[in-house]
Amino acid sequence: MTSSLLFNTTTIAYLASMLLFFIFLASRSRAVGTAGSILALVGLILQTVAIGLRWKESYDIGVGHAPLSNLYESVVFFSWTIVLFYFFLDLKYKHRVIGAFVMPFALLGMAWAQLGLNSGIEPLVPALQSNWLLYHVVTCFLGYAAFAVACGISVMFLIREGHERRADISGKSIVAAFPASRILDDLNYKAIMIGFPLLTLGIVTGAAWANYAWGTYWSWDPKETWSLIVWFIYAAFLHARITRGWFGRRAAWLSIIGFAATIFCYLGVNLLLSGLHSYGGGS
Amino acid sequence: MKSTERSSAQPIWDYFCSLKLTMFLLLTLAVTSIIGTIIPQGAPPPEYLQTIGENKFKLYKTLGFFDMYHSGWFILLLALLTLPTVMDEGLGKSLTLIESVSVHTDRSLLRDKSIALLRAEFAEPVVTEADGSCHLFAQKTPWCRLAVYIVHLSVIVIFIGAIIGSIFGYKAHVNIIEGEAVTSVMSRTGKEIPLDFAIGCEQFSVSYYDTGAPKEFKSILTVLEDRKPVPGFTRVPIIVNDPLTYKGITFYQSSYGKVGEHHFIVSNRDGSNKTPLTLDSSSSARLPDGSGMHVLESTQDISPFQPGMSGPAAHIEVHTPTGETKAVVIYAQYPELNARTAEQNGLPLISYTGGQEQEYTGLQVVKDPGVWVVWLGCFLMVAGVYAAFFMSHRRVWIRITDGEVTIGGHSNKNQAGFQPVFARLVERLRNDISGEGEK
Ligand code: HEM
Repeated sequence: MTSSLLFNTTTIAYLASMLLFFIFLASRSRAVGTAGSILALVGLILQTVAIGLRWKESYDIGVGHAPLSNLYESVVFFSWTIVLFYFFLDLKYKHRVIGAFVMPFALLGMAWAQLGLNSGIEPLVPALQSNWLLYHVVTCFLGYAAFAVACGISVMFLIREGHERRADISGKSIVAAFPASRILDDLNYKAIMIGFPLLTLGIVTGAAWANYAWGTYWSWDPKETWSLIVWFIYAAFLHARITRGWFGRRAAWLSIIGFAATIFCYLGVNLLLSGLHSYGGGS
Repeated sequence: MKSTERSSAQPIWDYFCSLKLTMFLLLTLAVTSIIGTIIPQGAPPPEYLQTIGENKFKLYKTLGFFDMYHSGWFILLLALLTLPTVMDEGLGKSLTLIESVSVHTDRSLLRDKSIALLRAEFAEPVVTEADGSCHLFAQKTPWCRLAVYIVHLSVIVIFIGAIIGSIFGYKAHVNIIEGEAVTSVMSRTGKEIPLDFAIGCEQFSVSYYDTGAPKEFKSILTVLEDRKPVPGFTRVPIIVNDPLTYKGITFYQSSYGKVGEHHFIVSNRDGSNKTPLTLDSSSSARLPDGSGMHVLESTQDISPFQPGMSGPAAHIEVHTPTGETKAVVIYAQYPELNARTAEQNGLPLISYTGGQEQEYTGLQVVKDPGVWVVWLGCFLMVAGVYAAFFMSHRRVWIRITDGEVTIGGHSNKNQAGFQPVFARLVERLRNDISGEGEK
């Protein structure tokens, strides 16, 4: 059993889970919804094992390091954190259908990683040989995952809220399967409320690492700056929440913009701009 | 809505104003920060002039776009962020819950039961007796109302740390040749900064993975006071991600290179026109035929690398006038090999006569006495953000009169989390006192 085989199986499980969630939306059959969740869980477990296996494989070939060191590994990990965070919300708030808008992100990540990225296990360049790699990347990506889920919820919100305003939610429409807009709005907030402290920790551990490794905790390199931009946007979201005026549509849009910025911070910076983190995008 | 009626309009207006200001600042910072990630920062002016026109250059320069994150307006925006904003409570959702229980029991017994319950299940109560009734009050984490202020304060603390670092600290660089020591370093602005000790490099080495990618850059450093090695700071290995700190000054592995001279004799391929050539390790020279040449590697004894051979050898790279690049090895003791190399590659005849070369390690040198203040600020920020989102100020009141117990609860946020806690308290209270009533 190799990790790459397991990753492929994971991808298929996520694809099936997503399709089942879509059918669930259309049919509103509880059994289909449950099957969607179960497949997502199977995928998550397979992926967890696969990540562990890849970690071990890296030791077997003598370059042992946590599987977080290049674009392939980070995309796989991102996908894993998204599904993990989805289950966390599902356990806590029990709105299964959100899976229909979250699994596509996880699937997209896995499909891109498996089909389009170089999956070789490479030795770590000296700059990355540190335990900080683990703390830093894990906190950053858990934050990103929360923002991804918040973005999916916000898209659902916009669709549902539009229908509610036009008062055309018949029992048969797909939108009727969505939670009420009020609940979606609240979930969006809850997800960001969890993601924000994680991103804060991610930035702080990054700064701590930078200081430990080369004596400058902040050098305005593009990744640092973009992570700060993302932080500013979600900080604005959280402040906005309190004025009451920013519930609903505007909050949903801000959440979507925040996630777009997150994706740029993650991929745009690595692929388009240069800086300390560009090795993250190599190959 | 209620609050608008209750109080005069001014403070409310101020309140929205400051909150709106914070929002405005955050979003403005988010948008403007993008500029500096697109326009390269701190490049020399000719580079900018090449890519953007003169007019744009002038405009951008006035706006400070070339060193944006240190420009006055950007720092002002950041500094304004530390203005405290009132954002807790009032408008956040809060919750008051009230329940009453009627019982026919002695008041002092009810009192003791209630105190015991709060103590065990919630928090130590404060007891007051007035007007023939008894009041208990207990609260949890009242300080978390301050969390928001702590977050804002943390930004100030981080700034203070950064300012301390920039006034009392420095960032510098030094190259130390293997076997030598230095007593000063060169700041980024080109100033020489004396150290009050000496630091020497005993050895520098690079190791590689099987793939040929570098695995580790390592310098062995020794700190010297009065020319004597300092115990505990002798032969300390440092690698990337593992620096050495002495007297508040930290040395980071950052680069490496070679210094020295190499001697060559260059001639036409038939051996005519011999000219000696001396070349620095780090520079390149032009050959008589117009080629450029520089040294990649060299050794004064080839035998460990090519068994059976001996003497000096150099691995050089030649850029021919036709635009080709050739990397070849030339020797001191094997003229026939050199001739063949020249023939095969269409190069002038070059032979190496030897040289001397030393490796140096490049260290980044940093003194930053403000960094602990920055970490304190980061800690306050993380703790403050956590407390602001995940903790709430919860209060419980119990009023006991003869025959009735009333319990009230309030949470300044996260009512969903408080509701079950409160329901449990009510449940327990009911059980406790009704059990007592039956006796
Ligand atoms: C203030 C300092 C830093 C900040 C704000 C910062 C920010 C971030 C953020 C937001 C991520 C999230 C993942 C992504 O977008 O790719 C990330 C990932 C990462 N960071 Fe940092 N970082 C900092 C310092 C460092 C340092 C010093 C190193 C290593 C020398 C480093 C190495 C990495 C790596 C390897 C990743 C994973 C990237 C990938 O696998 O694609 N970071 N950083």
